[in-house]
Amino acid sequence: MSLARSLSSVVRALRSPKGGISGAWLVLVVLGAIFAGVLTPFDYDVQDLPGAFVAPSATHWLGTDEFGRDLLTRILYGARTSLSVSSIAIGLSVFTGMVLGAAAGYLGGAFDRAVTIFVDLTWSFPEILVALILVAIIGPGITGTMAAIGVAYLAQFTRLTRAQIMAIRSETYIEAARSVGASGSFILFRHLLPNALAPVLVAAMLATGDAIILEATLGFFGLGAQPPTPSWGAMMSSGSALLFKAPWIIIFPGLAVAVTVIAVNLFGDALIHALDIKTRLREV
Amino acid sequence: MAEPLIRAEALEKRFQTGGGLLKKPRAMLAVRGVSLSVERGEVAGVVGESGCGKSTLARLILRLIEPTSGRIHFDGQDLTALSNTDLRRQRRRMAMVFQDPYSSLDPRFTVAEVLAEPFRVQREAPPAGRIAALLDQVGLSAKMADSFPHQLSGGQRQRVGIARALAQAPDFIVLDEPTASLDVSIQAQIIALLSELRQRLGLTYLFISHDLGLVRYFCDRVVVMYLGAVVEVLPRADAAPRHPYTRTLMDSTFAPDPRQRKVLRALEGEIPSAFDLPKGCAFAVRCPRASDACRAARPVLEGGEHPVACFHPF
Repeated sequence: MSLARSLSSVVRALRSPKGGISGAWLVLVVLGAIFAGVLTPFDYDVQDLPGAFVAPSATHWLGTDEFGRDLLTRILYGARTSLSVSSIAIGLSVFTGMVLGAAAGYLGGAFDRAVTIFVDLTWSFPEILVALILVAIIGPGITGTMAAIGVAYLAQFTRLTRAQIMAIRSETYIEAARSVGASGSFILFRHLLPNALAPVLVAAMLATGDAIILEATLGFFGLGAQPPTPSWGAMMSSGSALLFKAPWIIIFPGLAVAVTVIAVNLFGDALIHALDIKTRLREV
Repeated sequence: MAEPLIRAEALEKRFQTGGGLLKKPRAMLAVRGVSLSVERGEVAGVVGESGCGKSTLARLILRLIEPTSGRIHFDGQDLTALSNTDLRRQRRRMAMVFQDPYSSLDPRFTVAEVLAEPFRVQREAPPAGRIAALLDQVGLSAKMADSFPHQLSGGQRQRVGIARALAQAPDFIVLDEPTASLDVSIQAQIIALLSELRQRLGLTYLFISHDLGLVRYFCDRVVVMYLGAVVEVLPRADAAPRHPYTRTLMDSTFAPDPRQRKVLRALEGEIPSAFDLPKGCAFAVRCPRASDACRAARPVLEGGEHPVACFHPF
């Protein structure tokens, strides 16, 4: 029931113009990432030095980089890195944050204080700093980047879930559930979490956009996916030295990041409206 | 005389507030040694101004909050001694209707889901046709089963709240100001519905309200509370009040007939803080009949059929 409802709110988000356009772009990027191997005749890691620095043309739609690799191919494969790293990281972050936040908000007391102190500590640093510290500890690479992004956004989801749970806890329908004999776990899973879920999901959607930027930033610093695995950030980094010689090397990955992040944000925005239970019923 | 359905003995509830790293928490007694019984089939009213502990008392009686001390007997069984499992089983027989029909229904639940919850909690499915029957009992159409709370009016929501209370066919329902958040015209409908249901289903009510006029209309017996303690129990709704506080409370209700218009005597003085109760009678500072004795010692509730806690009753 609840799954059907969440699906229908996604469908409703897609129906608005904003949600439709941004959703279409996101689907395009995801499909491009999945079918990168079939969509292009080139390899992302085979160098062709005589064919380096080719400007966008009929063969190489977006040109080639300093090693003669097709840029479109690398952007498609780079989408794999960017999207999977950021969405897995945010997924882990949301899951952990909801568990921590729900437990803290529901149990209260010493556990709540411990979680709040820990989470506020990470909250007091900018995400990029938390991520850099963690990559420094774990080491560069995809796993390190995921863990770093996950922890960087953990505070946000923990605090949001905790605040939601605490607000909903004092609603009369919680007391009403207790008056008919509902147990703590029944209330948590039937009332508290479902009502806390919508805002957390929207926050997760918006944070995914930020996570793509953070992943690109770490990639730009050479701390993300290691070569030859393409990542949008690393591609921009190598293009930055060739800004005047071959501007397309930095422009196209940059555009991919920008448009995808904007699409994620617009879609999140459309989802906010779609999840509002009141507008949902006005349309039915 | 048979055992009353509800018998509360010396119920006390102490709340602690504040208290941080350096501040000492402050304790207040929201309910002070309240004993009361509710006979089968009767409507017992509890009145008192806001903050007098009547809602806390209601929750203590259903054991929605744990008493600091005291016992509650439900049909001869000590609720305070029950395990969680036994208490959950016992909850089939008692229910509550809440004041605010807007926040008492989960906004994500349809009416049918709200009414199915009491069954789900007992790990069973509602019997076929039960949801429709419940809706019919409270005067709602079966078509409303798939509506969400925000599609309903306040009065309809309160009817859903009443239907939820009736779901498991309880014996006893606590009504916590069920009409206080509704329009006057809707209030009358809800009260009429409640008294009809009581007659038809043989229910016992504990009716919490700050509206003495309504309580006297609806209830068989009235318990008057002031600052956490019972100050008087009116054996019949039309009994003449003996406690000065009840007298004042009654004087503050308006008669519909303008010829019976009266000059209101507003109470002088402040309500004492529940954190810092006076040594003597809690009402003494506002009471026109107070003497030195009232300020020195606290009167106890006594007096057979019509008990009152006052040194100078009417």
